[in-house]
Amino acid sequence: MCGIVGLFLKDKALEPKLGEMLTAMLITMTDRGPDSAGIAIYGAETAAKTKLVVQSDTPDIAFAGLDTALSKVVGSTVTMTVRSTHAVLTLPSGTTAAARAALPKIDPSLRVMSSGDSLEIYKEVGLPKDVAARFDVASMSGTHGIGHTRMATESAVTTMGAHPFNTGDDQCLVHNGSLSNHNSLRRQLRRDGVHIETENDTEVGAAYLTWQMQKGATLGEALTSSLDDLDGFFTFVVGTKDGFGVVRDPIACKPAVMAETDQYVAFGSEYRALVNLPGIENARVWEPEPATVYFWSHDTAPTSSEKAA
Amino acid sequence: MQTLDLTKLGLRDVNKTLHAQTADTNQTSWTIENAKGSHAIACGLNAPIEVTVKGSTGYYCGGMNQQATINIHGSAGPGTGENIMSGKIVIEGDASQYLGATGHGGLIVVKGNASSRCGISMKGVNIVVQGNIGHMSAFMGQSGNLVVCGDAGDALGDSCYEARFFVRGKVKSLGADCEKKEMRPEHIAILTELLAEAGFDAKPEEFTRYGSARKLYNFDVDNAAAY
Repeated sequence: MCGIVGLFLKDKALEPKLGEMLTAMLITMTDRGPDSAGIAIYGAETAAKTKLVVQSDTPDIAFAGLDTALSKVVGSTVTMTVRSTHAVLTLPSGTTAAARAALPKIDPSLRVMSSGDSLEIYKEVGLPKDVAARFDVASMSGTHGIGHTRMATESAVTTMGAHPFNTGDDQCLVHNGSLSNHNSLRRQLRRDGVHIETENDTEVGAAYLTWQMQKGATLGEALTSSLDDLDGFFTFVVGTKDGFGVVRDPIACKPAVMAETDQYVAFGSEYRALVNLPGIENARVWEPEPATVYFWSHDTAPTSSEKAA
Repeated sequence: MQTLDLTKLGLRDVNKTLHAQTADTNQTSWTIENAKGSHAIACGLNAPIEVTVKGSTGYYCGGMNQQATINIHGSAGPGTGENIMSGKIVIEGDASQYLGATGHGGLIVVKGNASSRCGISMKGVNIVVQGNIGHMSAFMGQSGNLVVCGDAGDALGDSCYEARFFVRGKVKSLGADCEKKEMRPEHIAILTELLAEAGFDAKPEEFTRYGSARKLYNFDVDNAAAY
């Protein structure tokens, strides 16, 4: 199974409550997958700064002096906020690649959860309520976010197998379903030099999108070509810097419900996830069509094609 | 009228109360409040009672229903009315995928649209949809009638047996071994009755009938190698 939720706020007054609303939605979906949970939050940006979220199973050791070590690498001040097993590193814009390259030398246990100007991904093994509590997701504010609770089918229950997956700066992906051609696609992508860490099927889906975009495709084009190249079942929700997108495979047996009001656009694997949102009684509620790419962006009115990545 | 608050009582107590009703019960009218998309509401009923569910429902509402009339004042989740035997389910909003799957009898009415796989493997249930239906509807449909006042999605009636499909609007594509059929007076009669029972004001003459071309389900010695 797996459960997905997504919330895109139109009403700025709701932004301080984004984390709280997403957490409640994700906890409702716990029955759909108890193995691991994760949330991607698009929060405030700081001018000329970017963020890297890293994880370690031994945070006390790995995070000690990490900001100082990285400051030396990038030649400028790096600040760090530790939340449980994750640390949010704020770096000068344009230094992400240098910092990433230095991480394994500083501490090989460090793993990158996300990179981007506004995106922060938090994910761990455990139930949504426990994962959300250890990172205090409920206190986070932001413009939009997506969450996932996993019932593992294709690979091990680990932090790296948890969703969301970072597909590029400020981009992430969550998946409900199972890809059946992930082994052959992983071999093909690795031959093309794409780094894939685990045996997880969704990581291959995420790497596929990254690879397509590196070749020049927009996110919308990458999602459209995924309909041809990925075999299996999927409902994907992707987060971008200014919005989110939804696509379902042509068979569309993995559930998806959307709701829209003047205040928000919300996504849930089931309607249950949406029932406590404000004004849901009068929301437009519908199921996204199979094999159709949808996007919502803060820049413009909702469309079924991409406006900005 | 009896009112059951799902939030206060929980699903098991609500369904247990409804299951306790017998054929001669005096409490024939029930309302379930705070449905909130919960699963398996009013499943397995077997008494001539009328149940109104306030709000949208989750998976399998009214599954295995016998005799009861269930009104859903909202939209219905996946597998609503699965394996319905008799009675009636009326959905005021939209219905999610595999509505009335494997249903043996009774009637399901949808006032909005129904999603994919509507009436999959139907075995005698009648389904009347005021709006559109999604892809792969009535896949392997064996008997019963699927009436669609709007349009049908891809692969309608794929690998169907003797179920009948009446569509007023467009059919995006027909499934394997499903074909357009002639509307004879007996079909107009069936359709008139179903539309009246559903309370929809549509002219039976505007519908097209589809059904099995009967080429796939009989053994054909030329296909022996394929078995």
